[in-house]
Amino acid sequence: MSTLAIDKGAPRRKVKYGSMSRDRAWALRWSYFFLALFAIFSLVPPIYMLITSLKSSAEISAATNPWWVFHPTLSNYIELLTSNQFLTFFRNSAFVSIFVVTITMLISVPAAFALARMRFWGSATLATGVFLTYLIPDSLLFIPLFKMFAVIGDWTGIQLINRWYVLLFIYPTLTVPFCTWIMIGYFASIPKELDEAAIIDGASWFQTLTRIFIPVALPGLIAATIFAFTVSWAQFLYPLVFTTSTDQLVLPVGIITTLIKGDVFNWGQIMTGALLGAAPPLIIYAFLMDYYIAGLTAGATKG
Amino acid sequence: MAEVMLRKVVKRYDEVEAVRGIDLDIADHEFVVLVGPSGCGKSTTLRMIAGLEDITDGDIMIGGDVVNDVPPKDRDIAMVFQNYALYPHMTVAENMSFGLRLKHYPKAEIKSRVTEAARMLDITDLIDRKPKQLSGGQRQRVAMGRAIVRNPKVFLFDEPLSNLDAKLRVQMRIEIKKVHQKVRTTTVYVTHDQVEAMTLADRVVVMNKGGIEQIGTPNDLYHNPATRFVAGFIGSPAMNFLPCRLEDVGGKLNIRLTDRIAFPLPGARAARYQSVSRTDKLLLGIRPEHLAEASAHPESGVEAFDAMLDVTEPMGMETLVYFTMDGTQVCGRVNPNAGARDGAPLRLAVDLNNMHLLNEVTGVVI
Amino acid sequence: MVDVAFQQGSVASVGSVRKRASLRTTLKRKSTAAFLMTLPLILLISILVLYPAFYSLHLATLNKSMTKFVGLGNFEFLFKRETFWLVVRQSCIFAISAVIFKALIGFIVAHFVHNVPAKGQRKWRGMLLVPWVIPPAMSTLAWLWLFDPSYSAFNYTLSFFGIGPIAWTGDPDWARFSVILVNVWYGAPFFMIMYLASLKSVPEQLYEAAAIDGANWWQRIWYVTLPMMRNIIAITTLFSLIVTFANFDIVRILTSGGPLDHTHIFATWAFRIGIEGSDIPLGASVSLFMVPILAIAAIFILRDVNKRGNEA
Repeated sequence: MSTLAIDKGAPRRKVKYGSMSRDRAWALRWSYFFLALFAIFSLVPPIYMLITSLKSSAEISAATNPWWVFHPTLSNYIELLTSNQFLTFFRNSAFVSIFVVTITMLISVPAAFALARMRFWGSATLATGVFLTYLIPDSLLFIPLFKMFAVIGDWTGIQLINRWYVLLFIYPTLTVPFCTWIMIGYFASIPKELDEAAIIDGASWFQTLTRIFIPVALPGLIAATIFAFTVSWAQFLYPLVFTTSTDQLVLPVGIITTLIKGDVFNWGQIMTGALLGAAPPLIIYAFLMDYYIAGLTAGATKG
Repeated sequence: MAEVMLRKVVKRYDEVEAVRGIDLDIADHEFVVLVGPSGCGKSTTLRMIAGLEDITDGDIMIGGDVVNDVPPKDRDIAMVFQNYALYPHMTVAENMSFGLRLKHYPKAEIKSRVTEAARMLDITDLIDRKPKQLSGGQRQRVAMGRAIVRNPKVFLFDEPLSNLDAKLRVQMRIEIKKVHQKVRTTTVYVTHDQVEAMTLADRVVVMNKGGIEQIGTPNDLYHNPATRFVAGFIGSPAMNFLPCRLEDVGGKLNIRLTDRIAFPLPGARAARYQSVSRTDKLLLGIRPEHLAEASAHPESGVEAFDAMLDVTEPMGMETLVYFTMDGTQVCGRVNPNAGARDGAPLRLAVDLNNMHLLNEVTGVVI
Repeated sequence: MVDVAFQQGSVASVGSVRKRASLRTTLKRKSTAAFLMTLPLILLISILVLYPAFYSLHLATLNKSMTKFVGLGNFEFLFKRETFWLVVRQSCIFAISAVIFKALIGFIVAHFVHNVPAKGQRKWRGMLLVPWVIPPAMSTLAWLWLFDPSYSAFNYTLSFFGIGPIAWTGDPDWARFSVILVNVWYGAPFFMIMYLASLKSVPEQLYEAAAIDGANWWQRIWYVTLPMMRNIIAITTLFSLIVTFANFDIVRILTSGGPLDHTHIFATWAFRIGIEGSDIPLGASVSLFMVPILAIAAIFILRDVNKRGNEA
């Protein structure tokens, strides 16, 4: 066994320790700098909304520094939150969004389960077809849909135009395809052996879905729910087309059409309304950010 | 009564026959291992017994009842999967009791069964953990616990130890054997590892290309392989196959391996092979353990010869030696102090009392 | 067990017939269950997406009061209108330039976030994604206020640098810029998140190997990052092209298509003509013009998705 181990031959180089970490430190500082710039860019509009919402009309028209509130007041908030009209908008939006989320999940989850797990004739084409329909934009469909509902309204006598519940039929076209796509991805990632273990343990298809798949794919379900809610809440075109009376409007349309009366813009109230309108998605985002992002990336990366 | 019978069972995928009409009888309480290379049809057969695959033709009977169309949950079987297939959102206890809960067993009974199985597998203190908090070996025990709790007619194991590291595999093999001794449920076990087959099985079923090559006890298969495939599959390192011919020399039957090497056959063997055609192309099957270093006092039937070693592998308790004979690589096992060295010559001896003669064309052992 | 011999005898004959019959019913059971589960989805898509799409083809061939068939008359009419070609040009320019900027900014910001140590990434991510979370209608209102001709906060700030008041929504060129700006503000976070996720999946060892081979930061991006991210870049770009092309909210609220139709895009102009102008067939024709362009993009997306699916 040799005991000679020292290598006397290798030349000693003068190594500048700290140069790599110094480069890294600079790269980091630049990163933070630019990130701060972009963050400011991203946050300016919502912050400005907040600032303006705390101003009285007097202060706004006085055209003092727009970036600062000198005499903050909650009068805009109080006025809106006690206005029946605004509350109606909020209520309509809430009803529509919650119902649409429920309908969407009831349609998407079973369909995704069937498409991900049960191989049947045409399931592959259907799955791709689902994704493709998501690419058909609302700006293509709003005119024919408008005409269709008007015609059906005439035939059946049921008032379909200018009613908020019509949106319950239409919004799912926006949410179901993508939610199905998300759920297919999550369901497909559950190993097949889990189904087989469940079958051998004696579970029926339904029991496998409810007691195994849904709990295991819960993150996907939450992500899909958040997605459906956000899309429903933020929708502007369809409600603009289908609802015109003030008591039927949802929040986005309501704020824009009623608070902008002619040439008189009550910006304080408008910004307050906009902020309140943006609040639910922002709150969900604040608490469930990871699910939010998962919903976004699921569609593309899970393929 | 939980015997399993397969009658002419066939599985066809489009044009490919994965299982080609096999017949098998498994007695109650028996531990049968289906072993073979990938693609031989052993997993497919197991899954047909489980009901996870439809049977293209033939019949499968469990406990005397034909179960071809019976769904898995009504066949009274339990299965342990290669990847454990534990429900990730349930605790160990919930995983094990899932099947019983679906059938609405009384809570007290569920609890007692789960506790009993946990005790048997030594996982009692893991009862409230979730799968992701467990190691591979622990998860495999939980998977077995899930099967035991159901108290089924048949246990089905689908390569359960493939995902474990070597040491753990040895441990779990012993666990499985202990469980079988205690619970005595009929077991069908699938593996590609012939060591597992040999150590666990009451009987081994060697499968190849969708058919059964041979069924027998481990000893049977080791000492009396019926085909070249079985002879080469069972035993590690594998049996050597050397092309040879029989020839008569001076009234005695000899076996000729190369132009320069020929051995006289021991009496018993000579008698057995007397009727074999001298022009047939044959293979001499000899296990490495029967190719050792030549001793000073050779017994009858043990013939010595010189070999030039290519490579040696010192294993500690023995040394594997590799040399070439007429283009074929041969492996032998010698004592670690026999003086085997890479590239050096060594005098070896072949124990022809343990030889096998195979017909090269048909692959059948004579 | 009742009569083993009897059962075994009957197995051979009855077994096969019974097996085939019940195999069929089993297949049927699984397929019907699967079909029923996808039925609502199929109905929804057929009735409320596919049918309207084809219906609009029919609508586009009618006259204004929808009483008689005019074939391609509406399209001829559109082709002769200068506004129509303005809309086509504007839609394409908006979509392409907005997507380019969104992708670029998203890519750059994703890199910065990726550079920051993992613990801090979450809060940066959180802040930078806010534009995407706020309903576009609401945030566009904020921009509208920021761009207000009399009270613009931007103009206020710029005045300190001596830059004269900019007519953000009044001047045609500035109006176009504003629309693209809001679009980029809203959409860049989406790209950032996608690219960030993709960046994380590039193995660190590739960068180390490249560094050892002597590549500087630019070369590392060109030779390591971009090839690994090719699929994601393609998919998000095409996806965004479609969505941006069909955008309605931002233009409608910010400029209503003005000034003088200089920011109209397909969606807003179709709305103006079809709903506000009560000329449904003409509006449908305008919308339909998006289809060929969207279809081409969709085909490319499909190819890429399938390709990635096969590689996976």
